[in-house]
Amino acid sequence: MTPAVRRRVFLVAAAAAGALLLWGLTGLPDYGVYNGPYGDVLNRVAVAERSATNVVAAVTFDYRGVDTMGEEYILFAAVLGVAILLRAQRDEHEEPPDEDAADRDAPATSNAVRIVGLTLVGPVVLFGLYLVAHGHLTPGGGFQGGVVLATAALLVYLSGEYVTLRRVSPELVTDVAESVGAASYVAIGLLGVAAGTAFLANVLPLGQPGQLLSAGTILPINAAVGLEVAGGFVLLLSEFLEQTLVIRRPGEVT
Amino acid sequence: MIVLEVTVFLLVAAAGTAVVLTRDPLNQAIVASFYGLILGIMFFVYQAPDVALSQIAVGAVALPLMILLALAKVRALEGSRREDEDR
Repeated sequence: MTPAVRRRVFLVAAAAAGALLLWGLTGLPDYGVYNGPYGDVLNRVAVAERSATNVVAAVTFDYRGVDTMGEEYILFAAVLGVAILLRAQRDEHEEPPDEDAADRDAPATSNAVRIVGLTLVGPVVLFGLYLVAHGHLTPGGGFQGGVVLATAALLVYLSGEYVTLRRVSPELVTDVAESVGAASYVAIGLLGVAAGTAFLANVLPLGQPGQLLSAGTILPINAAVGLEVAGGFVLLLSEFLEQTLVIRRPGEVT
Repeated sequence: MIVLEVTVFLLVAAAGTAVVLTRDPLNQAIVASFYGLILGIMFFVYQAPDVALSQIAVGAVALPLMILLALAKVRALEGSRREDEDR
């Protein structure tokens, strides 16, 4: 196919896709107009039923908790797959990262980056924990908080060395954190079964809306998700870094 | 408020176009990170702070980082192959 023909095919396809998009846009409800009943119902009942002031969290971790469990296991499976693919395989061998760093002109980390990175680690950890702990009260929750916590590990790497990252997050700890986080979600769900109701039923005391210890199972589930996500992302980060820095195939020049 | 919404839409359109127009993967990862940040601001403007938080963490930090690391790995492989050929 010559470039001219290709361009013509693209223009026809783009015009068709554009027309379809415009047609779809004209059928959208007006800005701010909401037609479905569910949002209104949830806004009315969620705080009274679950003591969760963040209705989004009440939906994702309670009313629709099984769905979120599936999402958590998607991430779990993805991280597991990356780990299986990237961990040293039989035809590969590890070399200390210092050996091949000499022939590559990696610039030394500047003091400015080191200082900014190190000062940010504390606040970022605190902010991550805050997001996880207050998921049922304000925007945030286990997923967002977990990713922010993992960012702290990234800051450690950026302002230090790969070795420092491994020292603050040993492989065993990240592996266990990810697995325990994932398993805890199911364990909390089974509390409902043990109490004689449904899986993932909110069986813990609900408390007063707006209190830190309220909304029943939503807080522990957020904690489990936070652990899983933080562990998973740090694991992902370490595996990728290890690949880039350490592992070589036999016969590769280093 | 409407000014803010129009501005953020234009920014998203501009940043999205910039991602497509950047051809070098290394530069593209940085531009994509900026695009992720703008998307996060858009979600925030449209009153979805939950989504904005995830978007900033994943779109502006995690995704570009994975791309950078993958690129570093690919380049390390290519570099060692080139050295092989030079011998």
